[in-house]
Amino acid sequence: MQELDIAGMGSTRVTRKGNNLVVLEKDLQTEQMVLAMGPQHPSTHGVLKLECLTDGEVVTHAEPYLGYLHRCFEKCCENVDYPAIVPYTDRLDYLAGMNSEFAYAITVEKLLDIEIPRRVEFIRVIVAELNRIASHLVAIGTYGIDLGAFTPFLFCFRDREIILSLLEWASGARMLYNYIWVGGLAYDVPADFNKRVMEFVTYFRPKTVELYKLLTENEIFVKRTRGIGIMPADVAINYGWSGPMLRGSGVKWDLRRNDPYSVYPELDFEVPVPDGKVSDIGDCLSRHLVRALEMEESLKIIEQCIDKMPSAEGFNARSAVPKRVRPKAGEVYGRAENPRGELGFYIQSDGKSTKPLRCKARSSCFVNLSAMKDLSKGQLIPDLVAIIGSIDIVLGEVDR
Amino acid sequence: MNLTSSHISMPLLMGNSLNAWSEALVGFNPMGLPLGLVILAAIPLVFIALYSLTYGVYGERKISAFMQDRLGPMEVGKWGILQTIADILKLLQKEDIVPTSADKFLFVIGPGVLFVGSFLAYAVLPFSSAFIGASLNVGLFFAIGITAIEVVGILAAGWGSNNKWSLYGAVRSVAQIVSYEIPAAIALLCGAMMAGTLDMQKITLLQSGSYGFAHFFLFQSPIAWLPFLIYFIASLAEVNRAPFDIPEAESELVAGYFTEYSGMKFAVIFLAEYGSMFMVSAIISIVFLGGWNSPLPDIGSFALNAWTNGPVWGVFWMIMKGFFFIFVQMWLRWTLPRLRVDQLMYLCWKVLTPFAFVSFVLTAIWVVFVP
Repeated sequence: MQELDIAGMGSTRVTRKGNNLVVLEKDLQTEQMVLAMGPQHPSTHGVLKLECLTDGEVVTHAEPYLGYLHRCFEKCCENVDYPAIVPYTDRLDYLAGMNSEFAYAITVEKLLDIEIPRRVEFIRVIVAELNRIASHLVAIGTYGIDLGAFTPFLFCFRDREIILSLLEWASGARMLYNYIWVGGLAYDVPADFNKRVMEFVTYFRPKTVELYKLLTENEIFVKRTRGIGIMPADVAINYGWSGPMLRGSGVKWDLRRNDPYSVYPELDFEVPVPDGKVSDIGDCLSRHLVRALEMEESLKIIEQCIDKMPSAEGFNARSAVPKRVRPKAGEVYGRAENPRGELGFYIQSDGKSTKPLRCKARSSCFVNLSAMKDLSKGQLIPDLVAIIGSIDIVLGEVDR
Repeated sequence: MNLTSSHISMPLLMGNSLNAWSEALVGFNPMGLPLGLVILAAIPLVFIALYSLTYGVYGERKISAFMQDRLGPMEVGKWGILQTIADILKLLQKEDIVPTSADKFLFVIGPGVLFVGSFLAYAVLPFSSAFIGASLNVGLFFAIGITAIEVVGILAAGWGSNNKWSLYGAVRSVAQIVSYEIPAAIALLCGAMMAGTLDMQKITLLQSGSYGFAHFFLFQSPIAWLPFLIYFIASLAEVNRAPFDIPEAESELVAGYFTEYSGMKFAVIFLAEYGSMFMVSAIISIVFLGGWNSPLPDIGSFALNAWTNGPVWGVFWMIMKGFFFIFVQMWLRWTLPRLRVDQLMYLCWKVLTPFAFVSFVLTAIWVVFVP
């Protein structure tokens, strides 16, 4: 009887019978299993597919597969007029349609070099910040579901519902607004809009505290997220991360401050970054915290905008909307701080057509997701779910 | 804690006639099969299990709804009270799908074994002084042992489905249930030590008295709260309830070991889950909270305890106590996130098991030296 290592499959006890080797007992053999997580899976937030190589519960390698929601955004843009692209941008990040429209509108306005009425700017900021809160509520709520807490999700959706009805009141649609136009707005806000927004702000302030107590301070939640999926600041920058993801790694980078647009320079707000006291910098909990704190900053911004907003007297939301958008030949890159990071549009115009020659969207989710391979190495499956949740992807924006 | 004759005879007074009837039925053995026993014990117990499912599910949906600012089911019947019946009817009509690549035998028997495992323990639960399925002298031991069969059902379901998520769920579940049985059993042993018997009916009888709740084992010794708490936490893990619902962790494993199940087989798994929820709640009430004994004390000549005791009241108290713990289970489920699989094992082996041993030793000292 002897021990042999046959073809590297661990030790095997064999015995010799005449000229033949007879296998007596094989060592326990373990092999890695390919696990297809998605496109239909409860916690891949849409149709993301992760092909994981797993050793027991440990993920040794995870490869994201994209494109299940690809709708040819960029090709569509080459075939429609500039203003007609706005509804398409809604469908990029469908949880934050206003922000996407805002980014597109400021890009084309930069190309056209037109002046926007001040009231339009303030309304834009209000609806964009409202939508940012709504988007973060979805992110926080679904993150709770990813970790098994169902109740915060419904609390978040209850509050988000109020924002959606406010935005519906202004624009006529709940998610795909087509409200922020190139050069203006589709309509002015309704007469009592500001009052109702202020009511929401006073209603929502205590709710953020409630959410904080229910989820963020929860012992099990902290255990599940603290120290998981740590991304150092330098690697995050190299990956091109932006938004709450980058700020979660401790980099104070917010386009509303660092490359200001619209009326943001006049507004007073903080850029929250984790201080490393309640969370380890760069982990899932930091990213969650940044989102939770940003909601309060957005409330501050909304309050200031309502204070500073010029009156509606003699105001026409479409006064600066160009009849026909035909920019001079040239190219432009405009970007804005979306709830999920930097959404940028690169537009090239040939100077003759009313349609862009090329329109490329730089999507924050896509860039943030690209680090998945690094983040997922050696994690457990439950941690993988926690990491995907903390990246807060919207597949509409990843696949475009 | 002396078992006097008056202690036993009082509650059993009304039960005696019933017991005589049941003795006759037990003797009914056509072709050597104890059919009478099956009829006598199984049918009412099946109904209890079914009701605990029906109203457990309805209660879960309503309670979660109220915790989440919703209404919950409102359409079927007044306040949606018939919702579960409608759901069961729907599930009955579903096509019975067995995946082509599944191991058919294991896939089919899995839910059955699971249900049997949770349901067999009902046999030794004393629902009142006059009603117990099988008055075994090792009832508690039987209940602890028989629930382990559930693991076989879960493993059969998970492996037989031939689905990777199901397999993960099954393996997690086996690890979890087998681990948590240790602190759970030791915690229950503390109760058994205080009673000096494993007979569930006797354990209950020892906790009756005119001071109501003061006779319950939970209040009989200063350390009984520790095994009580340990058993409650471990029982959550044994029945796969949040925050230990990792075998069926929806956001991780789709639905765990029952991912591939649909229709009536799914309903049976569901039934088993709610059945075992009630089962562990009943066991904790029997061992630590007096089972069918009324918690109300006599106040002077105001004989509250005597008025609220008896075979019929017993069923009421038993079911109320069971439902109270089910409510706490639901409350936890809709509040807490889920633990990770390694944190779960940490909690079991490094926290609950040592504390279970500590409480075991302390209870032994208490029982021996402080009579």
